[in-house]
Amino acid sequence: MTEEIIIAGFGGQGVLSMGKILAYSGIMQDKEVSWMPSYGPEMRGGTANVTVILSDDRISSPYLKVFDTAIILNQQSMDKFEESVKPGGILVYDPNGITHHPTRTDIKIFQINGSKLAAEMGNKKIFNMVVMGAFLKIKPIVKLENVLAGLKKSLPERYHHLIPLNEKAMKIGMNNVTPYQVASQFAHN
Amino acid sequence: MEVLDIIKPENQVFCKTKLMTNAALSYCPGCGHGTAHNLTMEVIDEMGIAEDTIGVAPVGCSVLAYDFMNIDMTQAAHGRAPAVATAIARTWPEKYVFTYQGDGDLAAIGTAETIHACNRGENIVIIFVNNGIYGMTGGQMAPTTLPGMKSTTSPFGRDVKTMGSPIKMTELVAQLPGTYYVTRQSVHTHKNVRKAKKAIKKAFENIKLKKGISFVEIVSNCNSGWKMTPNDANKWMEDNMFPYYPLGDIKVNGKLK
Amino acid sequence: MSELKLMKGNEALAEAAIRAGVDAYFGYPITPQTELIEYLMSQKTEERTGMVCLQAESEIAAINMVYGAASTGKKVFTSSSSPGVSLKQEGISYIAGAELPAVIVNVVRGGPGLGTIQPSQADYFQSVKGGGHGDYKLYVLAPSSVQEMSDFVEDAFDIAFKYNAPVLILSDGLIGQMMEKVELKPQQKRRTDAEVIAQCGSWATTGKTKDRERNIITSLDLQSEKMEARVHRLLKKYEQMEKEDLRFEKINCDDAEYLIVAYGSSARIAQKAVEIARSKGVKVGLLRPITLFPFPKKQLFDLADQVKGILSVELNAGQMVEDVKLSTEFKVPVEHFGRTGGIIHTPEEILEALEQKIINNGSIRHHKTRESSIL
Repeated sequence: MTEEIIIAGFGGQGVLSMGKILAYSGIMQDKEVSWMPSYGPEMRGGTANVTVILSDDRISSPYLKVFDTAIILNQQSMDKFEESVKPGGILVYDPNGITHHPTRTDIKIFQINGSKLAAEMGNKKIFNMVVMGAFLKIKPIVKLENVLAGLKKSLPERYHHLIPLNEKAMKIGMNNVTPYQVASQFAHN
Repeated sequence: MEVLDIIKPENQVFCKTKLMTNAALSYCPGCGHGTAHNLTMEVIDEMGIAEDTIGVAPVGCSVLAYDFMNIDMTQAAHGRAPAVATAIARTWPEKYVFTYQGDGDLAAIGTAETIHACNRGENIVIIFVNNGIYGMTGGQMAPTTLPGMKSTTSPFGRDVKTMGSPIKMTELVAQLPGTYYVTRQSVHTHKNVRKAKKAIKKAFENIKLKKGISFVEIVSNCNSGWKMTPNDANKWMEDNMFPYYPLGDIKVNGKLK
Repeated sequence: MSELKLMKGNEALAEAAIRAGVDAYFGYPITPQTELIEYLMSQKTEERTGMVCLQAESEIAAINMVYGAASTGKKVFTSSSSPGVSLKQEGISYIAGAELPAVIVNVVRGGPGLGTIQPSQADYFQSVKGGGHGDYKLYVLAPSSVQEMSDFVEDAFDIAFKYNAPVLILSDGLIGQMMEKVELKPQQKRRTDAEVIAQCGSWATTGKTKDRERNIITSLDLQSEKMEARVHRLLKKYEQMEKEDLRFEKINCDDAEYLIVAYGSSARIAQKAVEIARSKGVKVGLLRPITLFPFPKKQLFDLADQVKGILSVELNAGQMVEDVKLSTEFKVPVEHFGRTGGIIHTPEEILEALEQKIINNGSIRHHKTRESSIL
């Protein structure tokens, strides 16, 4: 198994840390992992992205052009990365702030209203974990218990009391992710 | 017949400095380096710390100091002796580490290393021989060359308008909190030799206190570079160098005089 | 007991140095290497192992501090990125000339000049062809993963002390800043001063005891015959390195019809290109030099009899390709592909270059059979 993921959004949305938690969870599940932050001309404009790869085998390139999954959290990233999903791959996105929704029909598209759900939980910072839960529901590449074990290992002890909140956010994400149907007049491959 | 068969120890009033090797000094006759070498080695010998002393040689006339000083020595790149000594002192905190540098090495190319080692208060001794000229390479202008003084790169005399004024490194480093003992000496008379030795000894003894750097400038002549006889050079030094570089302690026990 | 962690390459190298019982680090901040010195400073190394860590006033001071500590037999290293490593070259030349063991890390960024803070492999020439003045070489290790950033610290010191010579770990902004799983080795004790003297007392300036002559560390020999003897002594070391300490990795080379040569971060991306090509039935292999000096000359010479063409993939305008050409003695077409300016080539770009420059343009030009794209 190899899963090649891009997570893209604004700086401050927890894009890099979500990738880091995913990578740590992979380690807890005995996988090879790589985490490669946006590092190139695309850094301009306040967007942040990270390529995360989880694999049962040695990972070759940590830097990719096409992905199995794109997790997209703002319009700029949608414009840039919708086309980079492999045919048959997955695109998960938060519709908040998205004016041009995805149009491809050769990939599976899901929505997670992460920012709204996090606001309802009273903690906007937990947004990225809601989205993470949504992704893991669609593609359970790591078990929830390993995500929690990864959090425990990567977070300093003074933050361990926040782990139950993270768990709750992921579960809310899992329960609220919905498939998105591309309207036929916009559909393309 | 052995030397001691001729000269009985009880009759001996003078001998070669024990920590100097038998190599003939390569310095010009009349140069102050030989005396400064001797004093440094005498102090180390008298303190009984030769086994725990590591010297750092510079680039310049005293690049071959390790040929004459019979202790472990590392020769540093031009100007970098204080950085080299910093690392030795940091990784061997119980050793006595000193640098022996000239004016080009310490006050021109190595200014940054000198200032920052002094500012950090490294537990080392810096011996700075200032003769106002680049002797080894044939008499070019040094950062300490006096105004109007001729050298091969200031053949019409140092013009302070275009070449800057001679830099007083010793006064400069005395301002830094990391320096514990800062003094300026000379070795051209018996009286000055005795004073200079005292200063060098104090500097090495300070290492035991671990209170910061000890900085000993020795204003010296360069009769070859100055194109004078040794006697004339010493006279010229007294008349011209000392007014600009006055002798004496500048900072003692961490306090400015 | 080993330990699994998710770390940046720069951090993994720093942690490995502490665990390897390194005595001292002297450095100066510069992107994309800064995490290395920051990590060391965050670790209170003086308390953890007694390791000295000092932020120097410049890269020049830092490398001369390395020279100083190395002259006393201590395990010491420094790190920087390209412009800073240029500043260190004088010191590196002195370390080579004075025959001291030391490790230098270069987390390369794009140049020339201040260049870019993004990854590059444009310091290949500087690393393997000299860098500083005089007749010397560096043993150059090129890690291509975070694990190797960690593992190569100990390997580098082993080589440095085996030969009394400087060793360069040539990384780049990609390997330095990405995170991967890394297995950290257990903590080793630092040598005691007595152990350092026992190991290095024959040459190091640790204080002259009565039972030996004084030790002198210098790179100066004013007598030409002595200087030539010193140069010959260095050359002998380099010959021995080529015989005993060459490192490389062959991936899918056994049946390869085309070969990619790449090191460090480029090797990782090129490996993906090989995977894609193989999935389309094109037999591509990858030779990854792990040491850039010594260089796998013989392996390339032999592979040149087997493959139809070779593509040297580097994040630069074409540097290692010269060594590939020399090694293969022009038996097959050798071309270069690489992006510069901090842009990282994708696996797809590498395949496109392989197709255009080698497969369609190279040795099989005369009997062009493959029309379809391998992309």
